[in-house]
Amino acid sequence: MRPFTLERPHDIATAVAFGAADDDQTDYIAGGTDMMQLLTDDIRRPGRLVSLGDGVLDDRIEAAPDGALRLGAAARMSDVADHPAVREGFPLIAEALLSSASAQVRNMATVGGNLLQRTRCAYFRDPGVHGCNKRAPGTGCAARDGVNRMLAVLGGSEHCIATHASDFAVPLVALDAVVRLSGPGGERTIPVEELHRLPGDSPHVETVLVPGELITAIEVPASRAARTSHYLKVRDRESFEFALVSAAVALDTDGGRIREARVAMGGVGPKPWRMRGVERALAGAACDPAVLRAAAARAADGTAPRPGNAFKPELMRRTVLRALRVVGGQP
Amino acid sequence: MTSTAAASVVGQPVSRVDGPLKVAGGATYAAEFDPGPGLCHGAIVTSTVASGRIASIDTAAAEAAPGVVAVLTHRNAPVLPYHEHKGLTDPPEGERIHLLQDDRVRHQGQPVALAVAETLEEAVYAASLVRVSYRPESAVTAFSDAVAHAVPPGPRYRDRGLEGDGGRGDADAALGAAPVRIEAEYVMPRLNHNPIEPHGTVARWSEGELTLWDKTQWVDNVRAEMAAVFGLPPDRVRVVSPFVGGAFGSGLRPWANVTLAAMASRHVDRPVKVVLTRRQMFGITGYRPRSTHRVALGADRDGQLLAIRHEGVSETSTYETYAEEQLGSSEYLYACRDVATRYRVAPRNVQTPNDMRGPGKVTGVHALECAMDELAAALDMDPVELRLRNDTIVDQSTGVPFSSRSLRECYQAAGERFGWSRRNPRPGAMRDERGRLVGYGCASATWPAMRQAAEARARLLPDGSAVVSSSSSDMGPGTYTSMTQVAAETLGLPLERVRFELGDTRMPTAPVHGGSWTMASLGSAVQAACAEARRRALAEIGRADADLAAVLRQIGEPVEATVRTEPGDELRRYSAHSFGAVFAEVAVDPDLCTVRVPRLVGAYGVGRVVNPKTARSQITGGMVMGMGMALTERTEVDPRDARPVNSSLADYLVPVNADVGELDAVFVDEEDPHVNPLGVKGLGEIGTVGVAAAICNAVYHATGRRVRELPVTVERVLGAAVR
Ligand SMILES: Cc1cc2nc3c(=O)[nH]c(=O)nc-3n(C[C@H](O)[C@H](O)[C@H](O)COP(=O)(O)OP(=O)(O)OC[C@H]3O[C@@H](n4cnc5c(N)ncnc54)[C@H](O)[C@@H]3O)c2cc1C
Ligand code: SF4
Repeated sequence: MRPFTLERPHDIATAVAFGAADDDQTDYIAGGTDMMQLLTDDIRRPGRLVSLGDGVLDDRIEAAPDGALRLGAAARMSDVADHPAVREGFPLIAEALLSSASAQVRNMATVGGNLLQRTRCAYFRDPGVHGCNKRAPGTGCAARDGVNRMLAVLGGSEHCIATHASDFAVPLVALDAVVRLSGPGGERTIPVEELHRLPGDSPHVETVLVPGELITAIEVPASRAARTSHYLKVRDRESFEFALVSAAVALDTDGGRIREARVAMGGVGPKPWRMRGVERALAGAACDPAVLRAAAARAADGTAPRPGNAFKPELMRRTVLRALRVVGGQP
Repeated sequence: MTSTAAASVVGQPVSRVDGPLKVAGGATYAAEFDPGPGLCHGAIVTSTVASGRIASIDTAAAEAAPGVVAVLTHRNAPVLPYHEHKGLTDPPEGERIHLLQDDRVRHQGQPVALAVAETLEEAVYAASLVRVSYRPESAVTAFSDAVAHAVPPGPRYRDRGLEGDGGRGDADAALGAAPVRIEAEYVMPRLNHNPIEPHGTVARWSEGELTLWDKTQWVDNVRAEMAAVFGLPPDRVRVVSPFVGGAFGSGLRPWANVTLAAMASRHVDRPVKVVLTRRQMFGITGYRPRSTHRVALGADRDGQLLAIRHEGVSETSTYETYAEEQLGSSEYLYACRDVATRYRVAPRNVQTPNDMRGPGKVTGVHALECAMDELAAALDMDPVELRLRNDTIVDQSTGVPFSSRSLRECYQAAGERFGWSRRNPRPGAMRDERGRLVGYGCASATWPAMRQAAEARARLLPDGSAVVSSSSSDMGPGTYTSMTQVAAETLGLPLERVRFELGDTRMPTAPVHGGSWTMASLGSAVQAACAEARRRALAEIGRADADLAAVLRQIGEPVEATVRTEPGDELRRYSAHSFGAVFAEVAVDPDLCTVRVPRLVGAYGVGRVVNPKTARSQITGGMVMGMGMALTERTEVDPRDARPVNSSLADYLVPVNADVGELDAVFVDEEDPHVNPLGVKGLGEIGTVGVAAAICNAVYHATGRRVRELPVTVERVLGAAVR
């Protein structure tokens, strides 16, 4: 860990000003569950660390009368997972949170920080590895021809195939959730699906946030489909492990017909991946085994695996099918 | 036993005597010792190439950083004598790395500099400022390339009885003639011990004497090694290690933290603490080596084994040869006339492996027991029945009888508890209430019963209490407790009046705490020392039947006896091994191919059980380790540059509580009159042996698919399914 100055502002404007002043010197820290690792592993080397902990961001969890959710960026993962409005109205969000990390981490971690956690690519996290374009632009990508079992099969580039490891973000993308941002240029709202960028030739730029811009809240629109939903995470151990692949599925059915389907996957791309092909195959169709199977078969469309993760496309189809069957009551 | 007073405490499920101290935070671990004023901290800089020379090393920025006391590299580090020293746990072939003595880099993660500063944070920061560039040299980085140049272990291993080639009869001919044959290859990845406490040392010199507080399973060897490295008489080095936060073999050799702490402490003339980071635990300490095994079995149609051919190769470093006894069990576990074994080591540019719980056996038995299951399938025979049909009371590799062997009883006891009779022999035929495929599998376990010379001191005090000591270790098995039991029983004193001390080179010499031989070796010495001390005390007042506590009060001063015990020739007259049978139930998701283990049941014949409570937890802990080996654990070594990739506990997956289902371990009644005075055969390691095989065999039974490479991951089950 390198020496840095810790700033503890009490309001958003001050916090934003620190980050806007210079772009590479400032990092923010919320719950610290990821940032502390990045600092101790010498991956992030900020000159200034700005804490978002002293009331800069709110941690309220609110449900509107129509069911829409608003989560203050500082809300803890554990609190959101426990909230009745989330548990009843958005089972897939509660399940995604409860299958994340460990109870101890969830008690500390904020939902804002969760969306901005860095990739788990092991080469990224070991500063003794030379080739990582994300950590050190222009040095190459050790993972492409290396150990890449956990990495992306969608949306990667020759410069980076890292996955975004958040579980929570997957249902958010499925449900068209948005993030509220506050930055040097004022406030704006963008879909969670547009928060992260694909790596292209600049994998070190991971989001569309400008320097100093903060997530202040996450808003999930009211959704009938979300009431019958499921988050299915396939992983190597029963707990405390990131997804090999995961699926967030929500179905709004009416008399055996699927009115609306929401499907997104995690563990497969640099950001949560919305499965629009699967959704199209479901929308308006009967909720029967053949339809679910045909729709799930499209889950791996467009994948480009590496030898180390060549199993993912097949696992993606199976995972989506299982999640659809659970939600569609077709075990 | 000379016990007169209270009922026998040996054999009782006594709770750990050090438990309250550990739970309350009162146990002091190596890095927590306070060596007095002036302590500074060392942070290690490690290499990022597998082989080469240090071309340049720039320490200017590090030296100028706040709080820095010194930055040591090969350019300014003291030149150390590094006399030859090879303890029992050091590889007999090759030579250890001489730290910071030259510009050579032989593996990724090798220490190339040490930053010493007032605080840990300052040391770590300074270490990050050291700039090193390398002149890389050609290196063998991929295991497959190393295997192509594999060699026999070497002459010094041959002297220790590890030849490389072994067996009896003509296995090839017997295989050719066998009516039923199977042959298969099994791959086992590198595994790291990953104890929760990282290796760490506090070093202090005063008046030419070196004191080290270290995490180790063998203080005496740390002393011998440091004496050799620094050219000191051993009595000028003291090593203290009362508590060890897990080791599983990682504490068998002193690692770089010990030498660097001692070197730096002398250099800066202050106490220095060096603790490895978790990442450094993957690059500096040893590990269970990666290996590939090929097994061919031949049998007649009734399941009588006619031939065993077992070949194995495992990784080692280029500067030392680490070889382990991987194939011995294939020569003695079953009756079989024609057996051939062939073991090779494959040097590559990595650090040297070292013993990890159940070294050799865990690897070799896994391959053999998976192959036995394949043979049972080929014979259409119950896998338990196949093992029992080949049971033997004579060790056919040496021709001498086993001192005791309860393999059959173990299969019976564990099979009954497990409910093996409910197994539908057809693969894929059983399901649980959630629709998952259920499989039952079994495997044999074995571990040699060994014994070393050991010395213990019993000091009886006028207040009727006793302090018994020896330089041993207790990295978790319960040595404090079991030795207290043996001492209390022998002395005839209540348990609470006896204190056992260990982990200090000033104490009488214990053997290395490993090999599952501590109870046999040190237990015998403790028993003898206590008996002798008791005899002396009673002799002083001339009455053999008096109450010891009363006698001690009467004598009014301490009575002491130090006794050294040694094994006799019993291990030449008998083949002594613990045996066991382990059963696994798995549940496999038919679509997602995830494997879970709801149940493991094992029964073991280990001679006398001194403490069934700690013994059971020793076995169940071993089972969890075997489960990790089966399903989640592996150190991925990048074949391009030999760097461990997943060198963190977020990426190296040890089982978590949620993975562990029901664990059941029992001991069959077994009396072994031959093996040692206590009649104990050792149970520290056998719990890990066979577990992965039982799980793999259960996966086959659940799915009809063989996964022959560990760990059994989703894609391996899936790949077998899609294929
Ligand atoms: C051992 C372990 C296992 C884990 N397993 C999982 C898992 O299975 N699934 C999963 O989804 N996650 C997992 N995580 C990740 C965990 O969920 C994240 O670390 C956590 O959510 C981050 O939240 P935080 O508040 O601690 O963020 P911090 O660590 O404080 O910050 C993370 C990042 O977000 C930035 N940041 C934080 N808040 C804001 C904000 N409001 N505006 C702008 N930038 C901000 C920080 O600058 C930093 O870059 C795991 C983490 C650990 C340590
Ligand atoms: S995949 Fe991305 S993060 Fe991983 S090594 Fe390549 S560039 Fe770095």
